[in-house]
Amino acid sequence: MSPVLETKNINKYFRKPVDFHVLKNISFSVKKGEFASIMGKSGSGKSTLLYILSTMDTDYEGHLFLNSELVTGNSQQTLSKIRNEHIGFVFQFHYLLSEFTVLENVMLPARKLGAKTYQEIEKDAKEKLEMLNIGHLAVKRASRISGGEKQRVAIARALINNPTILMGDEPTGNLDSFNAENVFQIFKKLKEEQGLSLLVVTHDHDFAKRTDRIIEMEDGKIISHGSGTD
Amino acid sequence: MTQWNVILNIAKTHLVTKMKSTVTAALGVTFGIGAYITLVSFMTGLNAMLDDLILNQTPHIHLYNEIQPSEKQPVALYETFEGAFNVVHSVKPKLSQRKIHNALPILNYLKKDPEVKGATPQARAQIFYLSGSIELGGNLIGVDIMEEVRLSNFRDYIVEGSPEDLENLDNGILLGAGLADKMSLSVGDRVQISTVRGDIFPLKIVGFYQSGIAEIDNIQSYANLSTVQRILGEATNYITDINIKLFDLKKALPMSQILEKQFNITATDINTANAQFETGTDIRNLITYAVSITLLIVAGFGIYNILNMLIYEKMNDIAILKATGFSGKDVQLIFMSQAMIIGLVGGLMGLLIGFGLSVFIDRLPFDTEALPTIETFPVNFQLHFYVIGIVFALISTFIAGYLPSNKAKRIDPVRIIRGT
Ligand SMILES: Nc1ncnc2c1ncn2[C@@H]1O[C@H](COP(=O)(O)OP(=O)(O)O)[C@@H](O)[C@H]1O
Ligand SMILES: [Mg+2]
Repeated sequence: MSPVLETKNINKYFRKPVDFHVLKNISFSVKKGEFASIMGKSGSGKSTLLYILSTMDTDYEGHLFLNSELVTGNSQQTLSKIRNEHIGFVFQFHYLLSEFTVLENVMLPARKLGAKTYQEIEKDAKEKLEMLNIGHLAVKRASRISGGEKQRVAIARALINNPTILMGDEPTGNLDSFNAENVFQIFKKLKEEQGLSLLVVTHDHDFAKRTDRIIEMEDGKIISHGSGTD
Repeated sequence: MTQWNVILNIAKTHLVTKMKSTVTAALGVTFGIGAYITLVSFMTGLNAMLDDLILNQTPHIHLYNEIQPSEKQPVALYETFEGAFNVVHSVKPKLSQRKIHNALPILNYLKKDPEVKGATPQARAQIFYLSGSIELGGNLIGVDIMEEVRLSNFRDYIVEGSPEDLENLDNGILLGAGLADKMSLSVGDRVQISTVRGDIFPLKIVGFYQSGIAEIDNIQSYANLSTVQRILGEATNYITDINIKLFDLKKALPMSQILEKQFNITATDINTANAQFETGTDIRNLITYAVSITLLIVAGFGIYNILNMLIYEKMNDIAILKATGFSGKDVQLIFMSQAMIIGLVGGLMGLLIGFGLSVFIDRLPFDTEALPTIETFPVNFQLHFYVIGIVFALISTFIAGYLPSNKAKRIDPVRIIRGT
């Protein structure tokens, strides 16, 4: 099976404040329907890697492929479109647009994509919210809901365009154990029921060990690709 | 592909949730545009009024015979003194008639010219107004009154009586208002005038004429052309001046030069006669635009500041939008739309306020002896001021919005997301 996401020899340097080789020869891949996690000490370069994989950071060496197509070197405009269509991203801090309702937040990426009518998008967004058991929050302002709820809204937003892969940077890092478990179950369900590919950075061993595979990082290198299939 | 719906939706949400800043920014534009509309309407109204005051009473081209010495003095005709250096003392003007030679053919010629809106003959006479034992010196101008009314706003300057009254009465006179005051005369009275040769005629006052310029109103009166010709004992071809109105004022200068050559006559054009008026007009326009542009620059800085603040506050939102697939251009358009909405709404309100103020000024009473036809302040209502106003508003908000929105476009989402 061909990988949905693949990197070849990715290297990244920070020039400021001092020259710093932050990612060293990162080569790995995520298969379709795989739920992979990345672990590593703080400062080992996990977030930096994820920003590159999500196409937001273009300042690196090496090659990034999405669905076997080279992403590296595309224009910002094209990368925006790729992000919009193919990549769902969930952050540690639940970034929602606080002036919009929950439903509007979930709809935004789909309205940007513009592939469906407003009504269709609205229906999709409600379905996603229902699936995550937060349908009743739809009309609330994004600033008026709890942290666990916000994270689920962020997941719904990441899913609205049915992305190729969902990435998360410590998505449960800021949640209590109940909400963290909730998010894990959601991810698992997405993998099992919809065959979604997931790549999640986490500090939580309990979380990681229940994923298909744990990629371990240290000092900007991958020291273990995990016991999955690779 | 740009999804305008969602971009405008986000822009609108920002504006609505930041109502106070939005209103402040829009009011800045409103103020600038309102001031521009008011100023430009009022200033050009003033210009038009002042131009009217002088220029409408001035013909575009004025033909007359200048009294001047002969170019060739008689001594030059003597063969004996040929080549000699002749000194002539006490040179006198050439004996010539004041009347225009061939006036009637010239008039006919002019009336056929398609460039000419009209040409009116006048006979000017030096006279004395007799009031008891007092003799007041002055002019009596014989005119074709209905033609004058057609070609200039002569009617506006007749403060009592009407041009028709003069037309219908052979021995009528439209007396200068200053003269009427001096001699305590009213409409219907008779006034005696005497010519330079001493002939005395009684004329019946059919109305008063007030140009607003005291030097004129104190000496000048109007009568029918035939009346003046009769008083002077001259034939019906006695015409001292021909006033020409053209369709296009700009042709006055070249045409006057041609007429001068063609008819061997003196011709002055309006621009040469009133060069200083252009300067006054220019300066008033300059003031209008200088004040308006200053106000708009201030408004522009307001918009610039508010957008900068907004973008600073919305860093996280911008990062999120970019992370979820909005391009830098989309983000720029969101903030540009906000600037343009502020500019459009503020500008339209400015047009309304400017219009309101103009109407208000237009109704303010403005009474002055010098300007008999003016009752309220002059205001010039012109559609193109409003078009310029709104274009002004949009351009200045575009410039003010461009820099901040360009900054938003270039914000690196990774830096923002990492920062928290
Ligand atoms: N903008 C930056 N400039 C310089 N160094 C940075 C920058 N961002 C991160 N780093 C450094 O890069 C290393 C990796 O950071 P990060 O990817 O955030 O690690 P992790 O997410 O694994 O904790 C850290 O040592 C961090 O200090
Ligand atoms: Mg990190």
